[in-house]
Amino acid sequence: MREITYLEAVREAMSQEMRKNQDVYLLGEDIGVYGGAFGVTRGMIEEFGPERVRNTPISEAAIAGAAVGSALTGMRPILELQFSDFITIAMDQLVNQAAKLRYMYGGKGKVPMVVRTPAGSGTGAAAQHSQSLEAWMAHIPGLKVVQPSTAYDAKGLLKAAIDDDNPVIFYEHKLLYKMKSHVPEEPYSIPLGKADMKREGKDVTIVATAMMVHKALEAAKELEKEGIDVEIVDPRTLVPLDEETIVESVKKTGRVVVVHEAVKRGGYGGEIASIIAESEAFDYLDAPIKRLGGLPVPIPYNPNLEKAAVPQVPDIIKAVKETVQFK
Amino acid sequence: MSNHALPAFITDEKLVELYKQMWLIRYFDEKVDQFFAKGMIHGTTHLCVGQEATAAGSIAVLQEKDKITSTHRGHGHCIAKGASVDKMMAELFGKVTGYCKGKGGSMHIADVEKGNLGANGIVGGGIPLAVGAALTSRMKNEGYVVLCFFGDGAANEGSFHESLNLASIWDLPVVFICENNQYGMSGSVKDMFNIEHIADRAQAYGIPGKVIDGNDMLEVMNAVYEAVEYARSGKGPVLIEAKTYRWKGHSKSDAKKYRTREEEQEWRKKDPIKRFKEYLMEKGVLTEEKAEQLREEAFREIEDAVAFAEKSPEPSLDTLLEDVYA
Ligand SMILES: Cc1ncc(C[n+]2csc(CCOP(=O)(O)OP(=O)(O)O)c2C)c(N)n1
Ligand SMILES: [Mg+2]
Repeated sequence: MREITYLEAVREAMSQEMRKNQDVYLLGEDIGVYGGAFGVTRGMIEEFGPERVRNTPISEAAIAGAAVGSALTGMRPILELQFSDFITIAMDQLVNQAAKLRYMYGGKGKVPMVVRTPAGSGTGAAAQHSQSLEAWMAHIPGLKVVQPSTAYDAKGLLKAAIDDDNPVIFYEHKLLYKMKSHVPEEPYSIPLGKADMKREGKDVTIVATAMMVHKALEAAKELEKEGIDVEIVDPRTLVPLDEETIVESVKKTGRVVVVHEAVKRGGYGGEIASIIAESEAFDYLDAPIKRLGGLPVPIPYNPNLEKAAVPQVPDIIKAVKETVQFK
Repeated sequence: MSNHALPAFITDEKLVELYKQMWLIRYFDEKVDQFFAKGMIHGTTHLCVGQEATAAGSIAVLQEKDKITSTHRGHGHCIAKGASVDKMMAELFGKVTGYCKGKGGSMHIADVEKGNLGANGIVGGGIPLAVGAALTSRMKNEGYVVLCFFGDGAANEGSFHESLNLASIWDLPVVFICENNQYGMSGSVKDMFNIEHIADRAQAYGIPGKVIDGNDMLEVMNAVYEAVEYARSGKGPVLIEAKTYRWKGHSKSDAKKYRTREEEQEWRKKDPIKRFKEYLMEKGVLTEEKAEQLREEAFREIEDAVAFAEKSPEPSLDTLLEDVYA
């Protein structure tokens, strides 16, 4: 099978849907000839024209709200929010409008829209361009939250997100854009709420999201040399969350490390840890649940500090060893 | 070049100093551009080459106590407000001797002591801050004015509209200066506005608005001086739109597909430094020799800043959690 990048997979999923369904359109800042801040929409305005690839002013509140309003009335917008940090400006429209309209209207109307937005640190863009705020969105009933970690997942999950009749926040990790994997050419859908076992193992479970899936895989390779067999569960979607896969894995291994890039305090890892603690897996635990997340600090500019602010491979290795060695 | 009467403190000597300052701004950003191209600096940056007059000219007419809020394209504002190029360059190198101890980088340089309330990574993010700083000036009777820089793109953020209205109804001492360099990241003002002049929006908020040639030092100094003194006198805010052009791409990676070479060439002819030099020579306060000497001095100061940045230490990992809370 051919290999394409995560970025190309995202573009392909959008283009295939747009060819099929006239209601699907794109809006966002600099998504026209510039091709988007990260180049995801490159070539799309040439194919679909400026009516369907709408280059917007720098007006996050208005474009988010316009997406909501058009979704409510029959379109299926995909909003590219240039950096996920700017969701703060779009927040009212997403949280107070998109997420609640259907419920408030007693089940009338729906808001089928996708907000695609790059998140994460590692690019040196510092405190206002490097955050991982997905837990905020996961807290809001009415929104779905997706965090693909591979090109294959990105394509299939994006199709599912576009097909979904609800507002979906689709987090793309900047450091994954250039990463390649095998991706079928034909459209396919990965259901929202279905975790993926990125590695099978028997000694310890790592639940990891986005970039941390790859760090966990690297850690697992190292740990294997020391005879520690790691299982890696990638939830892929935070809302809905595939609790069953996580719980089953922990029942099998009896030990679990949860890792994400977002600040640990109030991060989604707390939710995952609680779900495990509340489940039947609790009785199977041979060690306390361990959580790894970003330090409680804005992302700094200096590259060494930037790396130190979020979990790295050695941190994961250390956490896994502590968990495995717990008596 | 226009020939208005300048405020008294803009002496001939000051004008000559400003000429050098414009070169300092240009060389700083040219240097940064080279380093980014070579991958020697981390992250991203936004260069103000071609826009030196809006930074140098407007800040020149401020009093020392006056404050500014800046933008992601803020190196020029920073230098004009009296920042040390050594500490700026060190910040871009992520060094502990930098303005933000290596934690902020290009988009977050601030020099609060000198009245620079900071660059901003959020488009339009600094506009309400300027209003708040002006509110302090009013409430504590401090007599300073806030000069609030932002781009054309930022004028389409809600924060711009809300801030102008708020400053207007409270008669706050803030001068909003829109550096209209014709583009956001790629969005042309021709596509993103249905009006010719952003300054026309002033009318909607009941404040004066003025369009100026942002590549004309004299015009910038005069217009901003007039606006600043108007604001200082308690009459409320002013919106100035300075038409200018960024010579470089938006940020580190930009193929500039949204504009033409011809357009770029046209604007290069309006080089603000060259125009100011011609004015000064005509006025008889600058000779070709002196101009050359000042340019070289500026060049050397930037080389020295690089040396300072290079030999400065990295921040220690222990500093990571410092300064989150006061
Ligand atoms: C709220 C927000 N939206 C988008 C961006 C991404 N961005 C950074 S600079 C820029 C263009 C800003 O244009 P303008 O205000 O004209 O300033 P210029 O870059 O031309 O100096 C954009 C879209 C951002 N940093 N913040
Ligand atoms: Mg601009």
